[in-house]
Amino acid sequence: MSTSKARWAAVTAHSLFWPAVALVALLVANTIYRPGFLTVEMKDGHLYGSLVDILRLAAPLILVGLGMTLVIATGGIDLSVGSMCAISGAIACLHISQQPDQNALSGVLVALALGIGLSLVLGAWNGALVSIIGIQPIIATLILMVAGRGLAQLITEGQIITINSEPYKSVGVGYLLTLPLAIFIAAGVALLVAAVTRRTALGMIIEAVGGNAEASRLAGIRSARITFLVYVISAVCAGIAGFMVTANVSSADGNAAGLWIELDAILAVVIGGTSLAGGRFSLSGTILGALLIQTLTTTVYAMNISPQTSLLFKAVVVIIVCLVQAPAFRARFARRRPVAPAAPTAADQSKEQVPA
Amino acid sequence: MLTMGKAITRRRAVAVLTATLLATGMAACGNSDTGEQPADDGKLTLGFSQVGAESGWRTANTNSIKESAKEAGIELKFDDAQGKQENQITAIRNYIQQKVDVIAFSPVVESGWDTVLKEAKDAGIPVILTDRSVDSADKSLYKTFIGSDFVKEGRLSGEWLVEQTKTATGPVNIVELQGTTGSAPANDRKKGFGEAIAANPNLKIIASQTGEFTRAGGKAVMEQFLKANPKIDVLFAHNDDMGLGALEAITAAGKVPGKDIKIITIDAVKDGMQALADGKFNFIAECSPLLGPQLMDLVKKVKAGETIPQRIETQETTFTPEQAKAALPTRKY
Repeated sequence: MSTSKARWAAVTAHSLFWPAVALVALLVANTIYRPGFLTVEMKDGHLYGSLVDILRLAAPLILVGLGMTLVIATGGIDLSVGSMCAISGAIACLHISQQPDQNALSGVLVALALGIGLSLVLGAWNGALVSIIGIQPIIATLILMVAGRGLAQLITEGQIITINSEPYKSVGVGYLLTLPLAIFIAAGVALLVAAVTRRTALGMIIEAVGGNAEASRLAGIRSARITFLVYVISAVCAGIAGFMVTANVSSADGNAAGLWIELDAILAVVIGGTSLAGGRFSLSGTILGALLIQTLTTTVYAMNISPQTSLLFKAVVVIIVCLVQAPAFRARFARRRPVAPAAPTAADQSKEQVPA
Repeated sequence: MLTMGKAITRRRAVAVLTATLLATGMAACGNSDTGEQPADDGKLTLGFSQVGAESGWRTANTNSIKESAKEAGIELKFDDAQGKQENQITAIRNYIQQKVDVIAFSPVVESGWDTVLKEAKDAGIPVILTDRSVDSADKSLYKTFIGSDFVKEGRLSGEWLVEQTKTATGPVNIVELQGTTGSAPANDRKKGFGEAIAANPNLKIIASQTGEFTRAGGKAVMEQFLKANPKIDVLFAHNDDMGLGALEAITAAGKVPGKDIKIITIDAVKDGMQALADGKFNFIAECSPLLGPQLMDLVKKVKAGETIPQRIETQETTFTPEQAKAALPTRKY
């Protein structure tokens, strides 16, 4: 009995236990509200249902979140991802809209290449500002967050570019093996990032840079190069997410595409247990966090919570998840002891534990 | 960056001071110095400060004003405030300095205009507000406000639906895609629509949610509406873009937009009109940006000293699919 108790304690202590509980709780609440919520049926040769919508709409957030995880692991932050989404989506849609045959695969591939290329350039810009010039990440990426929206609008000339291209559309709403293609792309990128960071020393090096950039440099790691790299990866992830966001509605809106996705991504990373102080990251946590946030958004629509209260509803759920996940908070309630001994422990470990 | 910010603030402070001094100086001179006005050649001068170029709607608005000024023989001094109130205040002060005949602008925000409007009034330059209003308690600070009536747009949409469904015996289920929560168009369109459909107790809004005025928002919300409500007869979207997003969700659900689900939207931008002409939408209430001709007319009247009403509505219409087909070739936005 004691072993099962210990095992239970180990499970609940896992950093992803509480986000997972919150995700299940949301799904249960939806099912109680409307028993058909979990129903998934076949329609036009693919699966159809709210769960499928959640997967499809979470894909861009997962992508942006993966890039953000690596950036945050180095102790940085990337605020420009939302604007990057808008830019890559805008340049791709602009190119496709200029093609005589919008359904031609070659034109779409060039459009995707243009989007990725531009993302690489902008990622390099961010990376250079942070790693070479040494500007604080929050300020360096704030530049593109603000100016990037302008750039996206410049590309679209302030209009919404509507396209009619089946190959491009499939990036956002296409299906593969009855499941949304977008989620396969996101999963593919996730596996690639996981393989590169966890099967090689790169992940550890990133964490070392996040823990102490100067110490890791003295230990022989080219920390500036690593910092540069994570901003480029983040930009490319955001660029691909931009394709999905614009393909979802077959149009590029420089104003609205990817708006505030940087905040959702940071939230997903934090819920997933990655420390904002850097030095530690969890890719699976970020994916779970992204799914949780998308489920929360879909819940608001599915339960038809009034727009005036929906933001409050979201805030309350996020606060609860962050609190129960915070070790300092849990420790205080689990032991039911006076606060005094718990406080210094929390302070000592602040580098590691700031998920809230 | 900090020092740059400081420099700008200092420069702006100097500019503000200069402008204020000039305005006071001019007010002291009174009306005796009309001989110095640049309007000597008899041509009217209009200083216009635009919000920015954030949407196709706004671009069409700008073009309308520029073109109709040319046609009316009015010299237009145009300024793009790029969404910033301070730019707009600077522009208005410049117009006061240049002694234009009339100033018109679309306020970026509602509040904070009293000082600069007072300066214009003291300089004897009449001000016309376009598209958006200000919350100044002193209504004498501006001559008139010309713009769309959002409540009316909602009401026209509702009245069309009431007319279409007057033979319906059973309940008609409506879902509503609201604009950005708390924005004037969203509140007013919801209000007007709600008032109009109250005429028929069969008409019921079964779900209402914000789609943030965007296609992606409209689509994501509509997807869940379709799953939660097996019987949806009508969609009312507060703008074309949300309706266009919802179109895709409806098609993906295996339903035919325009037939299985009737769609009513507001704005009448090009993509929306195309959908209407294709029979995917059923009705659009126009929210027209083309207020240039009306504005030029007002400028002339104001300068001639005629009295004009404090509130003037933009000339707007509604579209059915047939009317959309006829209007599309000459549509400017």
